[in-house]
Amino acid sequence: MAVADCALAIEGESLDDLFETAARALAELMVDPATVDQSVRRAIALDAPSLDLLLYDWLAELIFLKDSEQLVVTRADVDVEGASPCRLRARCVGGVIDRGRTALRADPKAVTFHQFTLEPRGAGWRARVVIDI
Amino acid sequence: MELPVAMKVLPVGDCIWEIPASEKPGMLVPARLYASQTLLAGMDAGVFEQVTNVACLPGIVRAALCMPDGHWGYGFPIGGVAAFRADAGVISPGGIGFDINCGMRVLRTTLTEAEVRPRLRALVDALFAAVPTGVGAHGFLHLEPPAFREVMVEGARWVVRHGYGRPEDLEATEGGGCLAGADPAAVSDRALRRGMDQLGTLGSGNHYLEIQVVPADGIHAPDVARAFGITSPGQVLVMLHCGSRGFGHQVGTDYLRRFDQAMRTYGITVRDRELACAPFRSPEGQAYFGAMNAAANTAFANRQLITHRVREVMARVFDRPAEALGLEVIYDVCHNTAKVERHVVDGESVELVVHRKGATRAFGPGAPDVPVAYRHLGQPVIIGGSMETGSALLVGTAHAMAETFGSTAHGAGRTMSRAQAKRRVWGETLVREMRERGIVVRAASPAGVAEEAGFAYKDLAAVVDTVHRLDISRRVVSLRPIGNIKG
Repeated sequence: MAVADCALAIEGESLDDLFETAARALAELMVDPATVDQSVRRAIALDAPSLDLLLYDWLAELIFLKDSEQLVVTRADVDVEGASPCRLRARCVGGVIDRGRTALRADPKAVTFHQFTLEPRGAGWRARVVIDI
Repeated sequence: MELPVAMKVLPVGDCIWEIPASEKPGMLVPARLYASQTLLAGMDAGVFEQVTNVACLPGIVRAALCMPDGHWGYGFPIGGVAAFRADAGVISPGGIGFDINCGMRVLRTTLTEAEVRPRLRALVDALFAAVPTGVGAHGFLHLEPPAFREVMVEGARWVVRHGYGRPEDLEATEGGGCLAGADPAAVSDRALRRGMDQLGTLGSGNHYLEIQVVPADGIHAPDVARAFGITSPGQVLVMLHCGSRGFGHQVGTDYLRRFDQAMRTYGITVRDRELACAPFRSPEGQAYFGAMNAAANTAFANRQLITHRVREVMARVFDRPAEALGLEVIYDVCHNTAKVERHVVDGESVELVVHRKGATRAFGPGAPDVPVAYRHLGQPVIIGGSMETGSALLVGTAHAMAETFGSTAHGAGRTMSRAQAKRRVWGETLVREMRERGIVVRAASPAGVAEEAGFAYKDLAAVVDTVHRLDISRRVVSLRPIGNIKG
């Protein structure tokens, strides 16, 4: 593993669960979620040619919101359709970073393809995603 | 010597090691690692895998290189240098990094440590307040999209033109603070929205703004140091390390994703998805190059705006005009870029796309893109160390032009992961220990301080000694930190 990284190892009972867990893990990486209010609701829709690229785009979207709106998504209710093109519909809850209240952690730059995997495991799914910070 | 790989790593010169092209299927050229025996032995297995993967990319010339501070990155190793023929080679976002034109800038002052010490705490607090750091930070300059597009094209020139700097700052910046070929049309709306409010912010990770002092034994080449405006031990300098922030990160993300698909069009396969690339002369390659230059220019603009803030803060804290404090830019250098340069390959001058990822340009005496004041000496090189151990100023050499496409190291290079570092020390504990050693730290995230502890990095002196021995840059001044602002 690259030494300047943060690797997320994510497991889910389903794709929906894995994508939801990935969002929570990313939020934990950036801030203490307990110090972010839950005042913002956001719907996100994404399409991608494959499931792994859909996961890449999903996390990239959440990093984008962190910089463009200072918005951290702490919870998401995600529906993933695996047929090509793969589709994601998410109802997100989160809050804007309040620099007087929010406990800051790392500031992710990007999702990488470094050792990037998304694969079925037993009845569920697992993924490994390295975030460049 | 025990190395973590099964490949042949052969000594071919003092501090030069070569992995022959026969060691991995698909290698077009050998891989070369520049390191002392100790530094080589400390390199992780990923460095050897990655530098030999880079040697497989289309159009690469001479060798895939790794500098002495090399460590495992994404696609390319950090410390990686690779040159591709402009007419028949590729450009790869993985060879530049997500933080496009991450770089270093150093300013000299007329102040001494004795003058700064009594106000150091106030200075660090004021800088921390004036230069936003960490997650969710935005700068004091709020631009609309048309103005931000101007910044993409003009870089630091736009910032100076709008009153946030001195004209001479530009002369002391690589490329004059403005790389040609920036193409705002090649930049996504998302990149623009992500980065538009972040000019003048430091970021997090290993980025910092530091107050440094020349130690008693810190001047190694007095004549060159004098040309840099460094005249005596105790002199205070200001160093900053940051890049293109969310804008550059999004450009990298957009094109990594796009190249991942585009490679099929060109029949290119790579050993690591992070090496996604496109022919330099292809529409995709040219679009990325235009977007990358736009991001590089915003990084110059970012460092210029932070320089302006530093001048404002120091004038206030020391109750003197900034000009009276000096605060002149010695140099500003990129360490994450791809640039079109001419180099001699097999006796012929060839146009190359030189990728430097965590590697510093180190042009020697006489190079036209070196400021007039330094041209007889070579380009200033800034090697940033950890926040505990200090940094170094060096100067480029003619030998670097021949050996490493005019490149040298950029930093100390990590030896352990962020998670490992955090397990070894609490951020708050480290801040207290550093204060006891005379270094005042302010950070947006205590955990971020622990991640950047000195023990998480290679020995900077060993890196500097090695590049000096290799004559790919020459030691000029060592610097030690007394104040540090972090994300």
